Amino acid sequence: MTALIIREMHLAMRAGSGALTGVLFFLAVITVFPFAVGPDTRLLSHLAPAILWIGALLASLLGLERLFAQEREDGSLDLMVMQSHPLMLTMFVKAFAHWITTGLPLVLATPLFGIMLNLSPFGIAATMITLLAGTPAISFIGTVGAAVAVKLPRGGMLISILILPLVIPVLVFGIGAIVGALEDPAPFLPPFLILCAITLFTSVLGPLAASVMLRHSAD
Amino acid sequence: MSTETTMETSASNLWGLANPTRFMGFADRAVPILAVLTVFLFAAGLYISMIAPEDYQQGHTVKIMFIHVPAAWLAMMTYSVMSVSAIGSIVWRHPLADVSLRTAAPLGAVFTFLALATGSLWGKPMWGTWWEWDARMTSVLILLIIYLGLIALSKAFDEPSEAAQPLAVMTLTGIVILPIIKFSVDWWNTLHQPASISRFDTPAMPSEFYIPLLIMAAAYIGLFFTLHLMSMRNEILSRRIRSMKMKSARSKGTA
Repeated sequence: MTALIIREMHLAMRAGSGALTGVLFFLAVITVFPFAVGPDTRLLSHLAPAILWIGALLASLLGLERLFAQEREDGSLDLMVMQSHPLMLTMFVKAFAHWITTGLPLVLATPLFGIMLNLSPFGIAATMITLLAGTPAISFIGTVGAAVAVKLPRGGMLISILILPLVIPVLVFGIGAIVGALEDPAPFLPPFLILCAITLFTSVLGPLAASVMLRHSAD
Repeated sequence: MSTETTMETSASNLWGLANPTRFMGFADRAVPILAVLTVFLFAAGLYISMIAPEDYQQGHTVKIMFIHVPAAWLAMMTYSVMSVSAIGSIVWRHPLADVSLRTAAPLGAVFTFLALATGSLWGKPMWGTWWEWDARMTSVLILLIIYLGLIALSKAFDEPSEAAQPLAVMTLTGIVILPIIKFSVDWWNTLHQPASISRFDTPAMPSEFYIPLLIMAAAYIGLFFTLHLMSMRNEILSRRIRSMKMKSARSKGTA
């Protein structure tokens, strides 16, 4: 299992795939926003948590199409399905590795982008914590989408359409927690705890659904 | 006899209709009856809705409710039917469950669209806006996106039978939307009013509105099952045609 994580990390480090592209895409999305809404710093700092979250969401969806594609092409996907480890555990590791290579870099890049969007230090901290708690859920749900689309020749768009409605709760509670942290009457802890609960819940359900899916598509 | 075939026979004993041929016979008999029943219920429901008194606050527009509310119920019921089919499709891998799932999706999308469109027409005179990002409207819109995504997925595969498992898994994953829609009016107290019909002991609306609403709901349910059976029949027929074509192409290839 550790070998699988290390392998995924190596693949992600290679140029043109994974981690770096994700962060670049994140940067591109964030740079586009001020052009669309105007460079008003007050407005931008108000919108910043939402922009960061949407950027993170889109960047995480970006790599999903390739999550199983390479394994399928070189045949190692069949080995994964047939090995003695529970397939669900392998799926969990795959999703976790996806998060380390796409979600985690985004979380680490958030302070820099937060400053660009004129977000207060406290707001940056709140956004980072919620992204840290929430982005794994995107990867876990995304694994299901990737497993569904393994057999599809042109699945990229379709994965996004299928996955986006499902990650809306993550977005709702992530933003809810940030608003709770920044504005006084709204509470921080309840939405944040729900966000953590969603992540834990999907960490079980996502790999389970993905393994059901892959086991079928193998035969 | 292998375990596979014993399971198969016990399943078909449990539900005789699981056999496509027997299902076709059942559908042929049931569709005319259901269609007549639906037409009758719609005639009665629309007439009673028309003569229903005007609301003291909303005037004529209250009658949109008789179209809007059952459509929204059906939007959710269709998804439940699809989820049950999805379980059948995953557990027994039964083609008929897949046919049911696949053909219900467009119907669900239409009902959802109808609920959104009539709600929008109702919202303009009552709330002064066509659309508001209110919790219930937004969650129903998400349901529509899920339906459209599932339809797109069901058409994305070259071989229709390959779509069965992905479709079933995605349907079951999307089921989280149903409780969100149901409780959205209680959790987020935004524009849309809370449920006023589910409290059966003391319905929060007078019977002049209550009875036409129930008749219209029955008519919508009849419409759904009529159309569902018809399109399942079509799907089965088109699959048979497809396999016949394949067979003839293969025999030509070997000859």
